[in-house]
Amino acid sequence: MILEVKDLRIEFRTRHGTLVAVDGVSFCIAPGEVLGVVGESGAGKSLTGTAIIGLLEPPGCIAAGEIRLEGERIDNLPYEAMRRIRGRRIGAIFQDPLTSLNPLYTVGEQLVETIRTHLDTGAAEAKERALALLREVGIPAPEARIDHYPHQFSGGMRQRVVIALALCAEPRLIIADEPTTALDVSIQAQIIQLLKRLARDHGAAVMLITHDMGVIAETADRVAVMYAGRIAEIGPVREVIRAARHPYTVGLMGSIPKIRVATDRMHAPLVQIDGAMPRLNAIPSGCAFHPRCGKSFERCRNERPEPRPAGANLTACWLYD
Amino acid sequence: MLAFILRRLAQAVLVMLSVGLIAFSLFRFVGDPVLFMLGQDVTPEARVRITQMLGLDRPFYVQYAKFVARAAQGDFGLSLRQAQPVSKLIAERLPATLELSMVAALFALAGGVSMGVYTALRRNSWLSQVMLAVSLIGISLPTFLIGILLILVFAVQLGWLPSFGRGDTVALGWWSTGFLTASGLTSLILPAITLGLFQMTLIQRLVRAEMLEVLRTDYVKFARARGLTDRAVHFGHALKNTLVPVITITGLQLGAIIAFAIITETVFQWPGMGLLFIQAVGFADVPVMAAYLCLIALFFVIINLVVDLLYYAVDPRLRIDRTLTAH
Repeated sequence: MILEVKDLRIEFRTRHGTLVAVDGVSFCIAPGEVLGVVGESGAGKSLTGTAIIGLLEPPGCIAAGEIRLEGERIDNLPYEAMRRIRGRRIGAIFQDPLTSLNPLYTVGEQLVETIRTHLDTGAAEAKERALALLREVGIPAPEARIDHYPHQFSGGMRQRVVIALALCAEPRLIIADEPTTALDVSIQAQIIQLLKRLARDHGAAVMLITHDMGVIAETADRVAVMYAGRIAEIGPVREVIRAARHPYTVGLMGSIPKIRVATDRMHAPLVQIDGAMPRLNAIPSGCAFHPRCGKSFERCRNERPEPRPAGANLTACWLYD
Repeated sequence: MLAFILRRLAQAVLVMLSVGLIAFSLFRFVGDPVLFMLGQDVTPEARVRITQMLGLDRPFYVQYAKFVARAAQGDFGLSLRQAQPVSKLIAERLPATLELSMVAALFALAGGVSMGVYTALRRNSWLSQVMLAVSLIGISLPTFLIGILLILVFAVQLGWLPSFGRGDTVALGWWSTGFLTASGLTSLILPAITLGLFQMTLIQRLVRAEMLEVLRTDYVKFARARGLTDRAVHFGHALKNTLVPVITITGLQLGAIIAFAIITETVFQWPGMGLLFIQAVGFADVPVMAAYLCLIALFFVIINLVVDLLYYAVDPRLRIDRTLTAH
């Protein structure tokens, strides 16, 4: 396993009490595997990613659980040791390519800086590598473009540069947090294809955080559905999309417009999950989803379900006990 | 780029012409120069003769044109009080003011930037709290009071530093410098701190606010995620991005330091242009006042031009280069 996360709990200790943003999250990612993480805003997806690269900002902190990278525990490393892992063994890609690059440096300078931080290379060698990376992520005429500033690139091209930056030191794990959300739909597909191809070529594992089920369906091998800081369901992508077990996943899949269904039955309504995700300071007892769930019963209100095997998936739901 | 510089130069000329107009009108509104020169007891014939001799009977715009032509060559006439060419008086005083202003500006910039960066990076340390408290004092106390307090403590009570004057100077051609003698250097310390303190606190607060802003940006987060060292993130990425507003304010403040050296020079009896100006105001010495006004305006214009050019050096987005923009 490249990444193992076990019972991760992220808390925000504020003056008004402790908020639990991520609670008892466990998953792992195998080499070359793409794990999609989906959920509504505030479900704790990005926080989980941030915790893995060790950049949680106070008052957020890892309160329990452990994170292992290739077997080595990394959640309790000192700052400097963790810094050496970031960029070197874990690459990160953020949502907005327009703001991820420093506007005052050329893309070449930013690439060379990253390469030389992690690899023991001379300036000329680092530049060669930067050129190769730009070529690999599909930037035309890299020899000319390497001296250009970020504002001279379009959004899709900038995200390619960001991917090149994440790949600088051949990381074993790439955490991509909403990498296509800020891009045009036509560019999205290209970036996703690129990410997938590069991960396969470099044998890197990918944690793909998104709220776009379309992106997950195209890219991921497995998918984890998060709700209110917990994993509701996790399993192979086909199983989760076609045979979702957890009522929340079922609702999530039902809320995606399907072209064929809409033409067959002209007014087929989209499924809607009533209500909204609970706020962090008011997470319901038992199963966090029970107030919005049509199938909830007594046990859901009182006892918290843990993910258990249901078909090929792990589902945190008492219906499958 | 060249077009930009030419445009700015044209604007600068316009600014100088308008300031010149104001300086010129001083001559007309601050008393009658003929009266100044000849006194009360003068025959009407002599008055007319002098007026014609000085060209004061000519139309306003002819006089103004003449004034501008002479001023452009550095000729502002004779000081009414000291009967010496104004340009000579100013040239004598200019080095004192410029040296004081430069030292004060360097002190403000070095102290302001380093304290600003420190207070932004170590937001909760006690030293940051102390720096912020001190900067509050620096911003709220008037300059002359700071000067008097410094004199009281370091010159009168401790006796470490001289309380007034410039100390010994060494002449390098027409430029007299205080940098080369011990007494010249010790004399600089108190006035430079007095003059620079307000600017330093201003720069400190500006740098701190900008740093905190920049540290929250995505590219700083991404720089951390790339595993760059704190040093590279803070100084390579964050600090450089705070520079554009800092350059603006520092440039403007440098002009202000030169212009408002008047107060500090008065407190420390510093033999600079500010002191010359104050004395000139006391005697209604109009040519000196006019020359001072024009010179200060010239400094502001030059500094602003330099600031605009510095933007281009720092921020690539401003370099107009249409062939390269996004495609």
